[in-house]
Amino acid sequence: MSENQKLTDVVMPQLAEALVSATIAKWLKQPGEKVEQYEPICEVMTDKVNAEIPSTIDGVMVELIAEEGQNVSVGEIICRMAVAGGAPASAEPTPQTASAVSNVTSAAAAGDQSMRNRYSPAVQTLAAQHGVDLNQIQGTGMGGRITRKDVLAYVEKGGAAPRQPQAPEAAPARAEAPSPFKDLPHADPAVTPEQYIPVQPVSERNSGLHMSESPKIPPIEVERGERETLIDVTPLRNAIATNMRQSVSEIPHAWTMVEVDVTNLVLLRNKLKDEFKRREGYNLTYLAFFLKAVVNAIKDYPIMNSVWAVNKIIVKRDINISLAVGTEDSVMTPVIQRADQKNIAGLAREIEELATKTRQGKLKLEDMQGGTFTVNNTGSFGSILSYPIINYPQAAILTFESIVKRPVVINDMIAVRSMANICLSLDHRILDGVICGRFLQRVKENIEAYTLDTKVY
Amino acid sequence: MAVMEYIDAIRLAMKEEMEKDESVFVLGEDVGVKGGVFTTTKGLIEQFGEDRVLDTPLAESAIAGVAIGAAMVGMKPIAEMQYSDFMLPATNQIINEAAKIRYRSNNDWSCPVVVRAPIGGGIFGGLYHSQCPESIFFGTPGLKIVAPFTAYDAKGLLKAAIQDPDPVLFFENKKCYKMIKGDVPLDDYTVPIGKANVLREGADITVIGYSMPLHFCMQAAEELEKEEGITAHILDLRTLQPLDRDSIIEAARKTGKVLIVHEDNKTGGVGAEVAAIISEECLFDLDAPIMRCCSPDVPAMPISPPMEKFYMLSKDKVKEAMRQLAIY
Repeated sequence: MSENQKLTDVVMPQLAEALVSATIAKWLKQPGEKVEQYEPICEVMTDKVNAEIPSTIDGVMVELIAEEGQNVSVGEIICRMAVAGGAPASAEPTPQTASAVSNVTSAAAAGDQSMRNRYSPAVQTLAAQHGVDLNQIQGTGMGGRITRKDVLAYVEKGGAAPRQPQAPEAAPARAEAPSPFKDLPHADPAVTPEQYIPVQPVSERNSGLHMSESPKIPPIEVERGERETLIDVTPLRNAIATNMRQSVSEIPHAWTMVEVDVTNLVLLRNKLKDEFKRREGYNLTYLAFFLKAVVNAIKDYPIMNSVWAVNKIIVKRDINISLAVGTEDSVMTPVIQRADQKNIAGLAREIEELATKTRQGKLKLEDMQGGTFTVNNTGSFGSILSYPIINYPQAAILTFESIVKRPVVINDMIAVRSMANICLSLDHRILDGVICGRFLQRVKENIEAYTLDTKVY
Repeated sequence: MAVMEYIDAIRLAMKEEMEKDESVFVLGEDVGVKGGVFTTTKGLIEQFGEDRVLDTPLAESAIAGVAIGAAMVGMKPIAEMQYSDFMLPATNQIINEAAKIRYRSNNDWSCPVVVRAPIGGGIFGGLYHSQCPESIFFGTPGLKIVAPFTAYDAKGLLKAAIQDPDPVLFFENKKCYKMIKGDVPLDDYTVPIGKANVLREGADITVIGYSMPLHFCMQAAEELEKEEGITAHILDLRTLQPLDRDSIIEAARKTGKVLIVHEDNKTGGVGAEVAAIISEECLFDLDAPIMRCCSPDVPAMPISPPMEKFYMLSKDKVKEAMRQLAIY
């Protein structure tokens, strides 16, 4: 700093709301160049604006601190300039405060003892607890004041009279003296506002509590205030319960599962679905392809399509697929009649219609009758494995689980394939492992046989 | 876990809650197509559609009124006030209706509304874009008020606010939006309303604050420890109503020297209540007068840069106050 020159720091200004930093695009002034007030010294870029930074003083550029392309926080120094004519730049407040502080500390060190005999409540509490004579302690606080830390340090060094042999850690064990405000709950500092309300057994209704307690939500009460909700069993719920119990208690269930590579099916459906939706007005779902594969497998293994009749087994000729359709609070099994007579597009249409009718509650009795085999698309709610209960009195039920991409070994190489599980519950009175295994293998083959050339019509 | 900006954490909280719960929706001025003036709601309209991200007229009383009505019949609205300065036309709805409805209806009705509003200055916003209105709502039982400082708390507290069965004011600091970054888990977590958080352990002084000024406190504490060996114990209140009395008392007892810091002006601010709690509960643990470092009692944030600098807290102002208390 020369005699008639004063260096001043130029900082990154706040160019826009919520801006915290900006990038120096280009320096317009180089060291040594003269700069007039309001003349641009550099260009900056932010995510909001590009701007020029004007000089706030007349002077000479001395040093560029931030480089071009550097991102600088608001308030950081970007360059240094020399003020022309030695006019004092805006003085930083820090030197003043710093000197003020050193004044204070030096004053304390220089033996100002004006606060020597002023004891804070904390100091008196500690002194009483440890039997400390405060006259023995050198205060390090302002004006020679003895601080809480001074007392603690003194006690730690063993300066305390052994009135209480415990370590200072025992201090928090403060005496539970009865509060003088005991009978004035609104003034007693130990009583929080929410404690003004005397605690009573929870009455039937509760309100007006202070919000620092999370408010009690009134229980839905049916009859006498139990903390339980009673829901009436609807006729539909009752029917589901009866059928499920009958199935589980009468039919000896067994269960098996295979996994299917549906990569080609995914490709096929992706190729067709948009065009199909445009032309037909309803969705081409995976389920339609799965159903077709199942129906064709049942044709090869008709025993899957049968009923236990105690002294004989009745094999049904028509393949009517019961489709499990879930709603929020129930599951229905409307039937696709003569599913074996329909192509994939036709099955997709049936699925769409039955699902819509179910959700709208518009199923008719004939929609529900004649099912011979049940399919449940459990993948639609994210299941990857399920143990279905047979739709009484049928012989078996099959579920399609979620399609997930997984690494699969093919010809000793690892490939990423779309895989899905197929689960089957069977009536072990009618069916056994071998026949079901073959049936599932046929379903698997049918699904894996879909190619990009498969026709849905 | 991802490092993200405070504003991104707030956006993520809304997105997650909207994905999880169909009754959650956003309304406010320019929250839809524009994505909010600060981009807080950017992308929500694309994901959730205009039925769940509503651009409203410039009428804060209507924004609050619509949100409160929707909340009372089972929706979970997030009402955005573009700046907390514009919130005052809605105070009648918030204080007289939302805060009181559970009490007034003997628990038959409730109002799970969240009102988000950016607070704070230092952005050259002047009178109407810089205010801190906490003290206006602070003394209203029935309202919960949260004011997060970290990105982690911003997400966790907003999610807790949305899930809360009662009205919550969510004061986010606009200066924190881009300045504060931190680790934010990408999974579903909440930060409990009504719990303060120790940001830093220390033995010489206790600093209690909330929102952006804690940034200065943390910087100052760092420097004071390095330069003068003064260690500061810093408590982030996080929730202003209800205050976490136990944590305040514990933090005050820790050093016996308490400095309360906030950007809202000193008189009648949150700090006064914190000081009252400490003086009620901790008289015999105090080693120094309870001190406050707050903005001055000036009618509004000045627009002139030197004046704004005078008004606003800074690291240097906080540091000086901390040092004075430490050497007391």
